[in-house]
Amino acid sequence: MAVDATTVDLTRAMVTVPARLADVLIVAPVALPLIGGALALFLRNLPRLQPVIAILVLVVLVACEAALLARVLAEGPLTMMMGRWLPPFGIAFTVDALGAVLALTAGVAGLAVAIYSATDLTVGDRRFGFYPLLLLLVAGVSGAFCTGDIFNLYVWFEVLLISSFGLIVLGGDPRQLDGAVKYGILNLIATTLFLVTTGLLYGLVGTLNMADITERVAALPDGGPITTIAVIYLLAFAMKAAAFPLGFWLPASYHTPKIVVGAIFAGLLTKVGVYALIRVFAMLMPSERLLLADVIGWVAALTLLVPALAALAESEIRRTLGWVVIAGIGNMLAGLALGSEAGYAGAIAYAVHSMLAMTAIYLTLGLVERIAGTSSLHEAGGIWRASPLVAALFLVMVLSASGLPPFSGFWPKAMLVRAAITADAGWIAAAILVSGFLVTLALGRVFLFAIWRDAPAGRPAAGSAGRIGPAVGVGLAAIIAVLGVLPQPLVAVATDGAKGLIDPAAYVSSVFPGARP
Amino acid sequence: MNTVIFRTVAPFLTALMLVFSVFVLLRGHNEPGGGFIGGLIAASALAIYGIACGVAPVRRAMVLHPMAISALGLLLSGLSGLPALAAGLPFMTALWTYPTVLGTELPLSTVLVFDIGVYLVVLGAITSILLGLEERDVDQGEDR
Repeated sequence: MAVDATTVDLTRAMVTVPARLADVLIVAPVALPLIGGALALFLRNLPRLQPVIAILVLVVLVACEAALLARVLAEGPLTMMMGRWLPPFGIAFTVDALGAVLALTAGVAGLAVAIYSATDLTVGDRRFGFYPLLLLLVAGVSGAFCTGDIFNLYVWFEVLLISSFGLIVLGGDPRQLDGAVKYGILNLIATTLFLVTTGLLYGLVGTLNMADITERVAALPDGGPITTIAVIYLLAFAMKAAAFPLGFWLPASYHTPKIVVGAIFAGLLTKVGVYALIRVFAMLMPSERLLLADVIGWVAALTLLVPALAALAESEIRRTLGWVVIAGIGNMLAGLALGSEAGYAGAIAYAVHSMLAMTAIYLTLGLVERIAGTSSLHEAGGIWRASPLVAALFLVMVLSASGLPPFSGFWPKAMLVRAAITADAGWIAAAILVSGFLVTLALGRVFLFAIWRDAPAGRPAAGSAGRIGPAVGVGLAAIIAVLGVLPQPLVAVATDGAKGLIDPAAYVSSVFPGARP
Repeated sequence: MNTVIFRTVAPFLTALMLVFSVFVLLRGHNEPGGGFIGGLIAASALAIYGIACGVAPVRRAMVLHPMAISALGLLLSGLSGLPALAAGLPFMTALWTYPTVLGTELPLSTVLVFDIGVYLVVLGAITSILLGLEERDVDQGEDR
């Protein structure tokens, strides 16, 4: 029953151009952590081996993603059709500059967390599957950044969601279950909305391939069902991205899990929501984005300001950081609301900065907690005396997260403010600046009380930060400082990504080479 | 549930369902069936065995921990996409081979490997949950 090329014309159904060996890079961001995660799960009873597997896989992953980014920058978007079925029916993996740079950053953040957690977890946590879940989470996040199919994007959302459910309850503290319920229910609602809307979109345009959707949505008449679809997508992804007023699940849940889990969540999860917003509104539905630009702008401004005020009112450092994560989301939404090339570039650059800075500040808070034994502002103190290194690291992270020079947060913010002023949207620029000021106050307050002030009587800061944790902190601080001092490569990549969103011709022709069937 | 009839029949029923689950798995390529439904049938077979004879015999019979079986399945499914890359084809492209065994042409493919992986993932994950729930029940029973 062998079917060969003589009986069936394969060119009508399948890609006949042979894949190059270098195309392995396109699936590496997903295949590597998925297979590594399965391996780590299989060897669950060897807790000493777990971090070794995870770190090795993530090192190779980061190398592959760096090579992939270099290739994308040199050759434009790359596509691989899974199982070589022709688009739009086969599932496409299409990596452009936006996807590649975010996947690379996610890999670096995952690697930092894997190394840090090698000394931060009990044997029980390792047996329960921290490393397999971490690898599967990274697989889900990379898959979301690399896929070129909107239903497949939903699948990767589910992969990362299920891994995150496992991670958030790791340890089994009742407080964690409380956080997990809030996190789980709201995220399930958001993913369900995403799925339902994808069904509506499929009914309307008859395709799930993003390149194909881009062309077909552009050919639709204005108004009507596509606007409804855009509004529900905005709702679903804004919930994922923890935008105001849908983001209250984040500070209610991110302070409960282990600090390494908080770090990877704060670094990666909300950014996937932002990525989906940018991809859908900037590339797939640009005219609907224009229609909703004011709504997105107001959401961005409120997301910038309200969480920054809330951060000022917290007395628990972990909760403060939860609000700071959301305020950062506002910056990226502001870029999306502006809708110009400069705005998108600022949003992409900010996403890269935010992934690194948020992971880094949570991990550094982990060091502070190790020394002080608490994350309450009333009880912590004296870190400066106990470990000048950790204190200095925390200062770097505070400056970076507040968007002050010379660290990575400054340039994306400068890009966004300039884009806002160019676009005659001074109120967005003002919101960005005021929010930056409030976040600086909130984090400065944390620094003053928890780091600078002497330890309160009877609560000496006597813990040890260990060696590996501070080393990871120094590594991340070095990346943050380099991105702050030499921002040009990041700005160039972000601009490249933004150009690809505004004019997706290269993206489309990478999926459909030659003439359309 | 702990009647003599059920305890006597359960092992046979389990064996029969396991064989049937493999049949459904293999049938799945061209007809209704496949790894997912096969895995569900196999998991329910083990659940019947667990209800009749207790959780410990099921764990003994499975040799590997259910999560390890799941992991093995995920590993198989993930790896089944790789040979295509080595052959210069996109990830997950089906590769077929038709060896003749005892005079019958036997179509084998990487798709089958993927499906066996799915079977094991479903079997492992569902059994893990079921055994976890049944174990809790037994514990509470002893407390009373």
